Amino acid sequence: MAGKIFAVIVVLVTIATAYCVIAHVWWMPVDISVHGPRIDKQLEETMLVAGLLFIAGQVVLAAFAFLYGGARGKPKQIPGGAKYLVILAFAIVGAEILALSLVGSKAWGAVYFEAPDPNSLHVDVQAGQFAYYFRYPGPDGTFGTLHPELINEGGQNFFGLDTDHDADAKDDIVTAEIAIPVNQPILLTLHSKDVGHSFDVRELRVQQDFVPGMIIPIHFTATQTGRFEIVCTQLCGLGHYNMKAYLSVLSQADYDEWLKKQAAMQ
Amino acid sequence: MHAAAHHAPPQGFIRKYVFSVDHKVIGIQYTTLSLVAAFVGMALSWAMRIHLAWPDYHIPLLGWVSPNGAPGGVMTPEYYLSLMTMHGTIMAFFVLTAAPFAGFGNFMLPIQVGAADMAFPRLNMASFWVTFTGFLFACATFFIPDGPPLSGWTAYAPLSAVGSVAGPGQGWGQNLWGFSIAFFCIASLLGSLNFIVTTLDLRTKGLKMSRLPLSTWGWFIDAWVSLLAFAVLLPTCLLLVLDRLGGTSFFIPGGLVFNDQLQPHSGGSPLLFQHLFWFFGHPEVYIIILPAFGIVSHIMPTFIRKPLVGGWKVVTFSEIAVGTLSFVVWGHHMFVSGMSPYMAMVFSVPTLFITIPSIIAVLVWVFSLYGANIRFDTPLLYSLGFISLFITGGIGGFFLAQPSTDSYLHATSFVVGHFHFTMGLSAIFATFAGFYYWFPKMFGRMMNEKLGKLHFWLSFVGVYCVFITMQLTGMTGAVRRYSALVDDFMVPLIPAYRFMTVAALLLGAAQFIFLYNVIWSRFKGPKAPDNPWDATTLEWDTTSPPPFDNFGGRQLIVHHGPMEYDGDESLMQTSPKPSIAGT
Repeated sequence: MAGKIFAVIVVLVTIATAYCVIAHVWWMPVDISVHGPRIDKQLEETMLVAGLLFIAGQVVLAAFAFLYGGARGKPKQIPGGAKYLVILAFAIVGAEILALSLVGSKAWGAVYFEAPDPNSLHVDVQAGQFAYYFRYPGPDGTFGTLHPELINEGGQNFFGLDTDHDADAKDDIVTAEIAIPVNQPILLTLHSKDVGHSFDVRELRVQQDFVPGMIIPIHFTATQTGRFEIVCTQLCGLGHYNMKAYLSVLSQADYDEWLKKQAAMQ
Repeated sequence: MHAAAHHAPPQGFIRKYVFSVDHKVIGIQYTTLSLVAAFVGMALSWAMRIHLAWPDYHIPLLGWVSPNGAPGGVMTPEYYLSLMTMHGTIMAFFVLTAAPFAGFGNFMLPIQVGAADMAFPRLNMASFWVTFTGFLFACATFFIPDGPPLSGWTAYAPLSAVGSVAGPGQGWGQNLWGFSIAFFCIASLLGSLNFIVTTLDLRTKGLKMSRLPLSTWGWFIDAWVSLLAFAVLLPTCLLLVLDRLGGTSFFIPGGLVFNDQLQPHSGGSPLLFQHLFWFFGHPEVYIIILPAFGIVSHIMPTFIRKPLVGGWKVVTFSEIAVGTLSFVVWGHHMFVSGMSPYMAMVFSVPTLFITIPSIIAVLVWVFSLYGANIRFDTPLLYSLGFISLFITGGIGGFFLAQPSTDSYLHATSFVVGHFHFTMGLSAIFATFAGFYYWFPKMFGRMMNEKLGKLHFWLSFVGVYCVFITMQLTGMTGAVRRYSALVDDFMVPLIPAYRFMTVAALLLGAAQFIFLYNVIWSRFKGPKAPDNPWDATTLEWDTTSPPPFDNFGGRQLIVHHGPMEYDGDESLMQTSPKPSIAGT
């Protein structure tokens, strides 16, 4: 009896799980980046292969528990013994690796092995407990040098810029939100002033840690306008849950106007 | 083979039950410590889950435990993170690493190899008391003004390394945490040496390696992995403490600014900490799960009344392969860490390969049920539950092994669900299987079977309700380690989080059935026969509980492998009769 109850529970769990996945009860948000569909495709392919394995594994386990309870005479082994099981395991993983690595969409390489577009808009991003700050190079197209010892949040010098002596820094535009033009390749350089943080925009399919002491580049192109949450996914202290900023993807005209307004506010 | 290390039966309460060198007492001490730690860890998770679902609810007793961290029973964001850190630390080290390995291993391994005790009984006693000291240090963090650390069980630097300047929860709690884990490492190293030497040197006559019980194999392989992994975590913890107290900069780079103040550190590397931590941390999940593999492989043949398909070899070589490969996959925790993206591929491939021996083991367990005569006693139900949970958890690994899909799912509740299935609840279920199986041997009394089954049904359904929901909500990108759901995209998940909270509380409540069963059976349970399950290995070839020297001076000679089952018939390993199952 216990075997049959076990089998029924396992099958019900399997059905419920499969339903949640197939019906997209909880699923990825809309994808707004050029590289994103590759990641989504890879994830969906993985879901198909892994989902079938999940169902097969649970159903066979349930079936055997259902069928082979109690004293039933001489027990016997599966025909062929372990040899076929070992072959099956290699076949499963081999098929998985083939499907995902060779004919799959090679999403990782397409994003991370490619150099950023030379015409990218470069935005510098600094994370600190518990806020992000963004920096545009201004009309001269050059970022000022960072001087951590000059960081003064009360004095609004979030990046540690030496605007008195550094000509490049004078026209840098520092903002608390990031806006970018739609369909424009973007290059971000991520650095942290204190502890580890992360830059995660679900809709962009971009998640990258900030590591103190390192400047980490990441590049993408957004394909839809809108306003999206940037959240911190690397534990950074008490305000971690509330560390966020917004990414606005604007038309080129709206972006130009936005940047002008930000420059005027410096 | 040497004779077992002899020592006289202890006199007096302290030497007999407290500072005992008897491996059986030490095994029970470890198991009891783990049981206490498990209830502490579980209570922490309740508080966290209640806070996530109903942030304004005044949690009873919590305000008393920490007037600063949870004034009036409503926890602050930093206290949430502290509870989370200690939940992970206590569960990963003092429950999951300690119970199935040090708890059952200490009690059973010497008996299963026919020895009178461990090879180094005094080191064994030291292992337990050093572990106990580590646990006291971990618990002490709750009672210091700054409270427990909040940097997670992974304690990433520089958050964990720079001290109080990084905010609350980074004072002495983090130092105590470092000492606690360092103690745990020392104890694990001593324990591993003991397990390895005992298995190699103290086997009784006729007990070739090919005749070792599969649980002994699990502990033996696990001891090697432990030895190599904890040897790296120990210096990592000490370097972290040096950064905090000694003014060094192993993990702290230059140019860090807190509160507009430049920090006096330079030259360290936060990624070095991650590499060192995960060089330990990934083998750690196998350190947790390999004894579970062994325990389930050991228990199953008794209740399916036949050997595992492939005999001892297939599942054991799978465990060896898992243990070996576990040392070359750590970088899959670091795909989005800023490590070279080319390295991501280097770590991704072995991560997919390590699924091969894992799948072989699963197929062996599942297909061994074919044509069996299954006896559905509680130990077997928990073994089946283990297989189901391990399949579910393992499947999630396919998503996280690939850098591209991981870059979306990293740090989401998908990961939290995945590792709770794979190494958390799977190992707990295997531990329960072992507990129900060996309780009669350890205490000489049977556990109540009806309560055992009830405990299983509630736990099995409860685990799925909590953790499959957790894993699937991760598909939305729901971020882990948040003390409140404030982001626009997290708010719609509140009903799902409440469902998980209610399920987790019920799952927790079901554990009191187990606790009641343990306490009641310990004193009132029916007397256990020597071999209540018709099993074959040496622990069932002596009294329940075994005498001080395990076999009452008998010299055992082993003639068979551990899986001599053929339906209702079975042969003790020591039986001189001809084999009935060809093992």
